[in-house]
Formats: sequence, C-alpha cells, structure tokens
Amino acid sequence: MTANTVQLGIYLDNNATTRVDPEVLAEMLPLFTEQFGNPSSMHGFGAAVGGKIEWARKQVQALLGAAHDSEIVFTSGGTESDNTAILSVLEAYPKKKSIVTSVVEHPAVLALCDYLEKKRGYTVHRIGVDNRGNLNLDAYKAALGPDVAIVSIMWANNETGTIFPIEELAQLAKAAGAVFHTDAVQAVGKIPMTLATSAVDMLSLSGHKLHAPKGIGALYVKRGLRFRPMLRGGHQERSRRAGTENAPGIVGLGAAAQLALMHMTDENTRVKALRDKLEQAILAAVPNCFVTGNPANRLPNTCNVAFEYIEGEAILLLLNEAGIAASSGSACTSGSLEPSHVMRAMGVPYTAAHGATRFSLSRETTEEEIDRVIAVVPGIIAKLRSLSPYWSQAGAPKEFAPVYS
Amino acid sequence: MWNYTDKVKEHFFNPKNAGALDEANAVGEVGSITCGDALKLMMKVNPDSQVIEDAKFQTFGCGSAIASSSALTEMIIGKTVDEALAVTNRDIAEYLGGLPPEKMHCSVMGAEALRAAIANFKGEEWVDDHEEGELVCKCFGIDAAMIERAVTVNSLTTLEEVTHYTKAGGSCQTCHEKIEEVLEAVLAKTGALAPPKPHAPGTVGLDAIKPLAPKAEAAPAKLTNVQRMQKIMFAIEELRPQIQRDGGDVELVDIDGKDIYVRLTGACSGCSQSAGTMMGVQAKLVEALGEFVRVKPASLLPVGA
Repeated sequence: MTANTVQLGIYLDNNATTRVDPEVLAEMLPLFTEQFGNPSSMHGFGAAVGGKIEWARKQVQALLGAAHDSEIVFTSGGTESDNTAILSVLEAYPKKKSIVTSVVEHPAVLALCDYLEKKRGYTVHRIGVDNRGNLNLDAYKAALGPDVAIVSIMWANNETGTIFPIEELAQLAKAAGAVFHTDAVQAVGKIPMTLATSAVDMLSLSGHKLHAPKGIGALYVKRGLRFRPMLRGGHQERSRRAGTENAPGIVGLGAAAQLALMHMTDENTRVKALRDKLEQAILAAVPNCFVTGNPANRLPNTCNVAFEYIEGEAILLLLNEAGIAASSGSACTSGSLEPSHVMRAMGVPYTAAHGATRFSLSRETTEEEIDRVIAVVPGIIAKLRSLSPYWSQAGAPKEFAPVYS
Repeated sequence: MWNYTDKVKEHFFNPKNAGALDEANAVGEVGSITCGDALKLMMKVNPDSQVIEDAKFQTFGCGSAIASSSALTEMIIGKTVDEALAVTNRDIAEYLGGLPPEKMHCSVMGAEALRAAIANFKGEEWVDDHEEGELVCKCFGIDAAMIERAVTVNSLTTLEEVTHYTKAGGSCQTCHEKIEEVLEAVLAKTGALAPPKPHAPGTVGLDAIKPLAPKAEAAPAKLTNVQRMQKIMFAIEELRPQIQRDGGDVELVDIDGKDIYVRLTGACSGCSQSAGTMMGVQAKLVEALGEFVRVKPASLLPVGA
C-alpha cells in the first residue's frame, strides 16, 4: 500500500497537529536538493538559502503584525520557544524571583515552572480560571508585583479554545514592571494579531499547528527587550539561537505563515460555521453533554464536548474505528488516571471530565466530513453508556446530574 | 495511540457479558468515577456447587478497562469460586495477549473486582486499599504511601532498592523521577540526607570522589526461605521486559537450594544465544541474592522433584 492509497479518514485533531499544506511542501523541497547550502557559508550555495530564510522571517513578521523582521527568532517549536522565553527573562533579571502563569498552560510552560519552583527556588503564581475557563483577573492583578520577572499566559487554550484577554494582561504586566510572554501556539494563524502596537513582549508559535512541518517554530522578541539565549554556540539568528538553521523547516514556516494570513477569513467564517454546526448537532442529539470552556470567546476551530458517565479513550477508539480522529482530555489516553489539568482547573465534574472530547477543525475540513461525524457520534456515546455502571437504562441517574453553568 | 493486541480490540469492540445481571448473588465494585476507572462485576454463583454460572460487568473506563472486564467474565464463568480466586491480574493481561505497561492497572482492577465479588458472596467485608495515595508506578499499581513505607521500614536509600523492594519503577521506568522525589522527601524527613560539603569554586570536592567499595564479603543477613524466593522472583520479573523485547520470555520453575530452574520460552527456546541468556539470569540472581546459585534449564529438573 502506498501513502496515496491509505484511507486517511476524517481528521478533527488539528490542535494536536496539522497536515503540511502541499504548497508549503513545494516551497520546502528545493531546500533538500539543489538549495542545500549552509546559510553561514561564504559561497553561493549558502547565500541562496540565507535569502530564503530572510524571506520566511518576513512572512512570520507579517502574520504576527510585528514591527521588525529582526524580532523573529526561529526555534525548533513551541516548547523551545516557551522555555527560551522564560529562562531568558529569569537570566536577564536575576534579582526578580517570581513568575506568574496560569493553571491551564501547556506543559511546556507548566513543567518548566514546576522545575524552577522546586529546583531553583522561584515563586510561581498560578492563576486559576472559572468554570468557563476565564482567567481570574483579580488574582492576576494581585499576583503582579515588583518581584515578578515574567508573566507567561497562553493566548488561547489548546483543549477548550478559550481565548484570554492578552492585551489587557500584557498591559497590566507591563505596568507592574514584568516582561509579558504568551504561548500563542494555538492562536497564531487563527486570530489576527498586531504585535507592533501591542504590549506583548514575547510570543511563542509552532509551525506544525498551522500546516508547516513539525520541528520548526519561532519566538517573537520585541525590539529592545533584554535577551539571553538558551542555546549557545554559533552566531545564527543574531546569536539568539545557536545551531545551523533548519532551513527547510524555516522556509516551510514562512510559506505556512503566508497561507495562514490568506486563509484567516475562511478560518473565522466557514470553519467556524462548520464547528458550530457540529457542536449544535451533537448537543441536540446526545443527552447529558455540554461544551467546555467559553463558547462565546474561543478559537473558531475548536469545540470540546464533555460526555457524562463515559471515558474519553473509549470514545476515541470507537471514533477511530469509524474513521474519525479526535482528541481527549481524558487521562487514560496518557496512561495517567487523572483527567486533564484544564478540565480539573475549570471544576468540570469528574462525571464529565473523563469524557471530554475535543474536535478541532482546519481549513481542510469539509461539510461532508462534519455531516458524517454528526451521524456517527450519538451511536458511539450510546454504546459506551450502555456499558457504564453510572448510566442506567432510563438514562442519567439523578444523583449524578451535575450543575454546570 | 496505544498498541493494543487484536484480542484487546476484540473484547473492547464486542465486549462479552456486558450489562447488569439481575439475579446476581455476588457483586464486586471497585474504582470510582473520580479516578477514571470503575468496574462493577456481578456473578451468579450456585450456592451448592460454588460454581460461577454467569457473570456480567459494567465498566466506566478506557478501552483496556472494558476489554479486561470482558475477558475476566469469560475466564471465570464455569469456574468454582475457589478456582476463580486463583485468577490474577497477570492472567487477565495474558488472556488478552498483553496490555501496555501503563494499562496494567486495568487488569488489576479486574482482579480486585473479582476478589470483592467473592468476598461479597461469602459475606466477608472487602477493603479496597487502592486509593491510599498518589499512584506513582502505574505498571505495578504502587502508590506514594507504599513507597514511603518501604523506604522507612527497610531504610532504603536508592531508587534501585525501592524497585527491588516494591517493584515500583521496574517496568517502563517513566516514574523514576517521581520515585526519587518520594525517596528524597522521606530521607530529608529522617535526616538521612546529609548536605554535601562545600568546596572551593572551580574545584571538585573530595566528597565527589568515591572510595572504592570494599569487596563484599560480609555475610548478608540470613534470608528466610520466603524472602529468598521473593528476591528470586523479583529479579526474574525485572529481567523479563528485556527478554520479552527480544521476543522471548523466562519463567521460574523451581528452586532447589543452590539450583534454580527456569524455562526459556518464545524466541529464547532453541535460540543459539540461550546459554548466554541463562548466564545473564544467573548473574542477576547472584547479584540479587548475594550468594552463589546455579541457574539451570527446567529440562534438567530431577524426575519426581
């Protein structure tokens, strides 16, 4: 069987990763063959590649609405960008010993903060969210103080799609004398950004979430901000990220940024409408389920539905059998028994948190695909509920009906 | 995605004996919706013959939890209560052709539900001590409290020792950092963790240079037969994943003083390297026991032994 004949099915897990756009791939391919030079080399082979990298930098600059292309530092992806941002600020401001972040961050931020707290003596303020995933602004304001070196808050949550008020948060951080970093891995390419006029100091993005390949990302560093590199070595990326450039990846990211900018309207109209159709149909056909996060303020492509009394991995296995790829906030998919930290932070009852299922669309998602998912989901949920000790023949047991407004 | 066997998939997609059993006279419920795994096992036991005539389950959980429950019911129907008691979580996992190490707790849940149901049938009280603390080693279902107890009672100081005493961390190893944290916390509490001596900047402290360990000739404390057998079993359990990766397996058959009989199966039986594997098993056992033993193939077991 060749790759072309594989039945790929319906892919609704685009917050995990996206397919590389064929146009992106076409831009990348010459970088593996005739344009293979090292951009640092003093010959024509290198120069050709160097020019492409600078072209890509401008595309990312345009997507972010940044003032200068030199503010873009290419990295290996979101995790490296997040780690670099936080470690850079802590090193640049060694006297400040506090970090502010949220409880619903990606592990790339949370795990690093845990480490800094446990092993390096930093104080980490983790700001909570309400049951719709909105940041507790009072707690945020209270945590800001002269000792805070960096605030790192995600732009949009990967599980629920809930968007945080980044500009407001950045300005508050700035007023308190802290550097503001945002992990915008899920938001970049889906919502418009103008970093040139924003208070955001640093921003992380990842290529493979916007139809570029895996292993490439970028860190936005506002001009004038103190910076300390995490990877030291050669003078690549103006000494901000040593190591020979991942030229094909960088060019791929550039092309993907260009396409994302072009498709931003489609993302916020057609894709959003498909997401809403899927969500409303599921809510109408399946009892005892609800949308997690803030339905009124979230990414246009994401919907996370919690199905009560069943467990996410089992849902995913049956969806997969029906040719549908989704994701779960259930812990069993990771081998742990705790449901996702995001569901727990929002206080989603355990009866539902384990059954949280994320459908994330992309500009490649079609109406036919959504119709097929709508047709299949109710049967899958009913089948699993028939096996569940918490679900009776008559439906949901009264004593478990959780109130979730 | 988990690499489930065909048997697991078969029992997940088409579970056997799912649903409520109205005429059940033995019910075992384990797990909870909080921990993401719950199993209600219902059995109809003939009070005279003690035979489990029917069994059904209701499971809240992942694919392997549902498959383990289904497999369990298939395994116990037709058995007497006493025969069923011999079913271990390993048996359930083996019946399914194996489970990913991180999912072994699903088979443990099955075995616990079975014991709970049998206790219910016999009118005994079943104590579920599963959720005592944070589960650290998911492969063997070992929680922090158990590790703390083992460290305190046995004055353990290293990760390796914790694995030897509790099995925690002996399989997929992803919990090693967590075990070390628990260990450090206990040692810090008991004061066993002396702070390293400071030394001049840019130099290596003398404390970093470890003296050669004296030859271990001191007679180890005499083990009871049971302790010795456990040590042998643990050592072999530790070796198994490595041998299984090569497509084989090793099983302990008998212990006769200094002679330990094992059976190599799978790719190992008849493999030209099997003598080497035997030597490896022997070296491991010598190390674990601190005494010299001979590892022999089960085929050499004296007749009538």
